Amino acid sequence: MRNSRRGLLALLAGAGAFAVLPGGPALALDTTEARALIETSLTEVHAVINSGQPPAEMYRDFEEVFARYADVDVIARSALGPVARQIGAGEFAEYRQAFQGYIGRKYGKRFREFVGSRIEVGEARPLKSFFAVSSTAYLNGRAPMQVEWHVSDRSGRSLFFNIIIEGVNMLASERAEIAAMLTRRGGDVAALSADLQQAG
Amino acid sequence: MRPTRSQILPMVFLTLAACASDPVMRDGIMVNDPYEGANRRIHAFNKGVDARLVAPVARLASGGGESRGNAQQMRPADLVANVGANLSLPGKVVNHLLQGRPGPAIRNGFRFAVNSTLGIAGLFDPAGSDFGLDEVDTDFGQTLARWGAPEGAYLELPVLGPSTQRDAAGRVVDIVLDPWNHVLTGRQAVGVLGLRAAGKAADRARFGDTVEGVLQGSADSYAQTRLIWLMHRRHELGEEGNAFDPYDAIEDDDAVIDPYEE
Repeated sequence: MRNSRRGLLALLAGAGAFAVLPGGPALALDTTEARALIETSLTEVHAVINSGQPPAEMYRDFEEVFARYADVDVIARSALGPVARQIGAGEFAEYRQAFQGYIGRKYGKRFREFVGSRIEVGEARPLKSFFAVSSTAYLNGRAPMQVEWHVSDRSGRSLFFNIIIEGVNMLASERAEIAAMLTRRGGDVAALSADLQQAG
Repeated sequence: MRPTRSQILPMVFLTLAACASDPVMRDGIMVNDPYEGANRRIHAFNKGVDARLVAPVARLASGGGESRGNAQQMRPADLVANVGANLSLPGKVVNHLLQGRPGPAIRNGFRFAVNSTLGIAGLFDPAGSDFGLDEVDTDFGQTLARWGAPEGAYLELPVLGPSTQRDAAGRVVDIVLDPWNHVLTGRQAVGVLGLRAAGKAADRARFGDTVEGVLQGSADSYAQTRLIWLMHRRHELGEEGNAFDPYDAIEDDDAVIDPYEE
């Protein structure tokens, strides 16, 4: 009885020690870090929007920001759905690369409509296995828009994997879009990747 | 374009009488679309209207495709959109009161008072820019939701676009509820209607690229429109599910995607 209690105490103490270890897996990401990641990515996105470059160069820069701060691997995998598990690593890598460029162009075009706007990053809160960071986009002459970012460190690094603009979920809408594109190609992932290089 | 009764009523009766097919989970949200066949035909029609009529007009109104360099500058289209939005405020006040939400009702009431006077009949938006009184959007569809009416099936209405059975019924009631339809008569009422329709068109011009991206750029624009519209509408009404967790192995029937769990 006493032994087991001591054992339990030791276990709890051990768990406590583990929890305060810097860089322990459970503590790698917190609200401050999640918030900081979104701040940094937004600063870079704004720099691109206001750079006044021609569109093609802007889209390439957006793609770079996306590749740096988003978990492109898991987003691409999730958008492709169960098919992602059935294809080879090489085929997936090719699709992933095409997907990244497609996102840069597609969302880059949307971002260009936000010239002159500003986004304020709000609170971060834990949600499921990740963190949700809220933000508000102020556009000229329009009611402010709520933009939520989902950040996770499950890839080994702290990266965002979803953006929800006024309830519209980027991952959900890309899932639907990629599924429709794949259906159009009769399930041929290589053909889908080729299409993605032009799309967006 | 503003709905007319002859456009909407048959649609509402047709659909309210219908049976419910089972809603299914699709791309992280519940989709209840028993009329998909008819909806897709209307969608194809709406897409044509948008490409041939709405988009060219919107492009003209926004002063040419690529010249949106300085967003601080007010364009004529913005003024028209402002007037249209201002005219829709009294109807929103009525709905907020019906929802038992005096806060937003007062806010929109003040906003209407300020913009109709200082904002010169709603051309400008001093209420939003100087007083922090942003518009709180609402409609009778939201009132119905607040009263506990179920969402019903997804509908795509001719010209008006995505809706649900609840929202389509709400649109009809909104025409009746709108104070303008009670204080104005004849030519005045037509004038207000025209201004509000023009306001909607101008609004479409502001986010033209995004609308066109979805309508003309998607592999399945019907499914994409339905998904985006339902997610947005449920967010507006506070009826959205949980977040989607793509990191989760088993997709539970909620809307948080956790890609790391797959």
